[in-house]
Amino acid sequence: MAMQPAEIEALIKAALPDAQVTIEDLAGDGDHYAATVVSEAFRGRSRVQQHQIVYAALQGRMGGALHALALQTSAPT
Amino acid sequence: MTNPTFERIEADLKSNPVVLFMKGTPVFPQCGFSARVVQILSHIGVPFKGVNVLEDGEIREGIKAYANWPTIPQLYVNGEFVGGCDIIMEMFQAGELTTMLKDQGIPVSAEA
Repeated sequence: MAMQPAEIEALIKAALPDAQVTIEDLAGDGDHYAATVVSEAFRGRSRVQQHQIVYAALQGRMGGALHALALQTSAPT
Repeated sequence: MTNPTFERIEADLKSNPVVLFMKGTPVFPQCGFSARVVQILSHIGVPFKGVNVLEDGEIREGIKAYANWPTIPQLYVNGEFVGGCDIIMEMFQAGELTTMLKDQGIPVSAEA
């Protein structure tokens, strides 16, 4: 059920081509990740909307194949 | 628009200003992310209702569709979805959570 970091990054970048994505494997188990995503798409959006954009990019894997992805999102400064 | 699960969710949201949909109970959380949000709410001293989604499969799936949010916990204030664990953490650390609760007329007992 676990996902590889490269796969997570590829899905996010497919939806947000300008995104800078950093992924950290928190537990070393391929199942608990922290991701930082920086994209212009987030500018002017609420935090909830920003995270929803990332969840949409993951196409339903969040909460399923991907158990834990701690998210930090922002627009480029 | 008559989704019985959504109606039950809305009934909870209407009768409680602050509702946390979580895994486990506030006294005995059964997931680290739920536990973290309980800890934050307790720290700032805001009364809330915890809804244990592990006891109710319909609510567990329904709440994800309700907010278009794939994970639990989920915090609601005055019926509005505020965020999951990451967002609540960020808001708490930035001091925004207390401000938002006060703006919403929710009693907060501790300065955080």
